[in-house]
Amino acid sequence: MHALVLRQLTKVYKNGIKALKAIDLTVDEGDFFALLGPNGAGKTTAIGITTSLVNKTSGVVEVFGHNIDNELEAAKSCIGLVPQEINFNMFETPFTIVVNQAGFYGIPRPLAKQRAEKYLKQLQLWDRRNSTARALSGGMKRRLMIARALMHEPRLLILDEPTAGVDIEIRRSMWEFLRNINAQGTTIILTTHYLEEAENLCRHVAIIEGGNIIERDSMTNVLRKLQTEVFVFNLRDARSVAPRLEGFTAVLADAHSLEIEMAKTQSLNDIFAQLSAQGIAINSMRNKVNRLEELFIRLVDGSARTAAAAKVS
Amino acid sequence: MPESRALTDWIGFKTIIIREFSRIVRIWGQTIVPPAVTATLYFVIFGSLIGRRVGQVGGYDYMQFMAPGIIMMNVIQTSYGNVVSSFFGAKFGKHIEELLVSPLPNWLIVLGYAMGGVLRGVLVGSVVTVISLFFTHLSITHAPAILTAVFLTSFIFALGGFINALFAKNFDQISWFPTFVLTPLTYLGGVFYSVMMLPSWAHMASNANPILYMVSAFRFGFLGTSDVDLRLAYAIMIAAATAMFASAVTLLNRGTGIRD
Repeated sequence: MHALVLRQLTKVYKNGIKALKAIDLTVDEGDFFALLGPNGAGKTTAIGITTSLVNKTSGVVEVFGHNIDNELEAAKSCIGLVPQEINFNMFETPFTIVVNQAGFYGIPRPLAKQRAEKYLKQLQLWDRRNSTARALSGGMKRRLMIARALMHEPRLLILDEPTAGVDIEIRRSMWEFLRNINAQGTTIILTTHYLEEAENLCRHVAIIEGGNIIERDSMTNVLRKLQTEVFVFNLRDARSVAPRLEGFTAVLADAHSLEIEMAKTQSLNDIFAQLSAQGIAINSMRNKVNRLEELFIRLVDGSARTAAAAKVS
Repeated sequence: MPESRALTDWIGFKTIIIREFSRIVRIWGQTIVPPAVTATLYFVIFGSLIGRRVGQVGGYDYMQFMAPGIIMMNVIQTSYGNVVSSFFGAKFGKHIEELLVSPLPNWLIVLGYAMGGVLRGVLVGSVVTVISLFFTHLSITHAPAILTAVFLTSFIFALGGFINALFAKNFDQISWFPTFVLTPLTYLGGVFYSVMMLPSWAHMASNANPILYMVSAFRFGFLGTSDVDLRLAYAIMIAAATAMFASAVTLLNRGTGIRD
């Protein structure tokens, strides 16, 4: 079954901006799905329409088979939303916020209190349950929004940049938490600007740019489309010029950093052999950028160029 | 999850009421105390000091005549003020999204906020009634009139506050209507005087003021007399409550002021 189906979904704002241009998208039940795109690409609009925070112009949205045009309440019951911006009452306590949210979904108060304890503990907020929300740190506020979204145990959890501004330690603990939630059967749709996050967590990905879906595939297939990678070699001895390497493009980033681009068909052994032959010692090496990030930039740039060319012609 | 839609809606509705009540109690210094202080000043200045020189109005001591008006004035202002500030605050702080993404139907969200306004109106009305007893004697001659007039009036103005908050884009816009429309209409709605005392043109003009009918119906519950036809008063209140509720739900369905 599909957790989410968007068909010909279009949104034109009052100021004339076409945020979504008849997009089609399906997300399968149980999937961990990344929806990526630059700022203003249409991700938040698509999420807003799905969660009824934004009115659509045309098209169809179905959540677990419930069409939002005629089964809105049923569709909403299936969704838990973690929005991009902090949107809880800063004067209420975390405990009150999550218990009330459960109430809005029809969860009886005794059960809501049990779940509040469960999710606030899982997200390490139990000790702060009676503080006012505004006193929480940025990371705690993000985790509170996740706890709140889980209170009615939704079948589809939508997270719009849930780890924005969160330090790496907390981000990784949130990843672990989300993996567990997904393993228990909750479908997750994630938007993020940390592409490492999407690459680590998600099984499928869609890239949206200028209101169009420009890529939609499994993460494995998408990453396979990358033909080259750039490695950064940390040199033991300082250099002023890059060495000449047969079959590779080498650029000296600084005196101790050499960037070498290699195709998937080439071997790292060849690079090491040539560097050794020239007496260049390597202390360490790493990927220059995250692979998905590289692909993302190429796709988005390519899409922007195509759009510009279409405008000119 | 609850077994039926009705149960889900009932729990959701109760939750809105609990949240609104908690807000009223949490900020009692803003929600309960100011109307109590203002009402006390009205009773001291207009009732005890000036009122003694006014003599009788409509066959009653001025203080006795004025007290129901003061109570109703506070009911109107606080029921309106509660919803306009609570809903606009939720809109401004974006936590209205907690309700908008939930499966609660829009009519229930409107009803929940309106009942929150009614709750504060009744609370403040009760406090002001108790204060008035320190200054005058109030006897209840028709309890159903008191209860229905308070309920309908606070419901109407709570919905007015809701609609104002939907349209408002900033904090200035939630104070315009109370300042320039609600307060003048309340003061000219027979709170402090009987419209029978007015010249005929002013009496006629007062008949176009809906607040006159609300205050008069409420006053009837205490004094047993009214400046207006009570059947007309209830017809106006019920029609206004229905029209305001329908308007608020329609606007929320359209997403006016809250959805792009």
